[in-house]
Amino acid sequence: MSQRRHTAYITIDSERCKGCGLCIFFCPQKVIGQAERFNQKGYTPATVIEEKAGECTGCTACALMCPDIAIGVYRHAKVAP
Amino acid sequence: MAQTKAAKSDTILFAAPQSLEDVPLHYCPGCGHGIVHRLIAEVVDKLGIADRTVCVASVGCSAINYLYFKFDGLESSHGRAPASASGIKRCRPDLIPFTYQGDGDLAAIGTAEIVHACARGENITVFFINNAIYGMTGGQMAPTTLVGMHSTSTPGGRNPALAGYPIKVCEMLSTLEGPAYIARVSIYNPAQVRRAKQAIELAFRTQLAGLGLALVEVLSPCPVGWGVEPVQAMDWLVEHMLPQYPLGEYKVTEAVQALKEVKGHA
Repeated sequence: MSQRRHTAYITIDSERCKGCGLCIFFCPQKVIGQAERFNQKGYTPATVIEEKAGECTGCTACALMCPDIAIGVYRHAKVAP
Repeated sequence: MAQTKAAKSDTILFAAPQSLEDVPLHYCPGCGHGIVHRLIAEVVDKLGIADRTVCVASVGCSAINYLYFKFDGLESSHGRAPASASGIKRCRPDLIPFTYQGDGDLAAIGTAEIVHACARGENITVFFINNAIYGMTGGQMAPTTLVGMHSTSTPGGRNPALAGYPIKVCEMLSTLEGPAYIARVSIYNPAQVRRAKQAIELAFRTQLAGLGLALVEVLSPCPVGWGVEPVQAMDWLVEHMLPQYPLGEYKVTEAVQALKEVKGHA
């Protein structure tokens, strides 16, 4: 059985994000973490953990819980084999 | 490599609703208002009523929420949002006014307005955001503050002998004849957010069908007012608020029930 490939990804507007951490808590795949840098408002925004980025299933739990509408969820267009 | 921008050819699974302005919200980190704003905008988009919807803002944290919606907005005096919405609906029955009120606005200064709007059975939609505290003024006791709950004006916890008991708005208003739909929902996890959206949609559809007043109470976290982290605020809500304010539908008239069963309702 081939390894399951997830083709979804999220985008986080780090200037809108206030670093509340709800997306980090509710992501079932634990794809999201807190950045070490600050944004212009002085919050540490949520960011996608690079080594886990491929595990996003596109469930939209993070976007549903985001109070600042900073998250978009997308699925990669199918590439012909 | 994590992407920061979506490619045009990719399928959108989730994007901000069209009816919401692309500006940052002024709310504190982890505040539930942003989620409810988004749900309302999503429902307005889905029903295709953005050109007829009027948001009647109240006084409180959400006092300037009409800046975030692309449809029309009105700022009403403190507690008088149901009266303003009633006026709009009576003068222009084609418009779809909804009020967006917090617990300080609806359950304290505006109690008379909402009780009489319900008694008259005005054909408006009311969204009542209950976070058990006065958020904007700095976390003082609200009528919905739980017994024993700490706030800046009840530092030792709300003492019923001194400050009385919390008002249960849905239970109180569901005894009246006028309202068509009254429900209490919450937004403490993704499943509840989806349920809240269904209730908000049914509330708008109740008005569109002319069935009477629809009120949706949303239990929402106020991490800063409660003095907890945003994630812990969700647990606090489940642990403390849900036993006092049970979720569910408190009044569904037969006509609304029929509307609910119409195919295509989310």
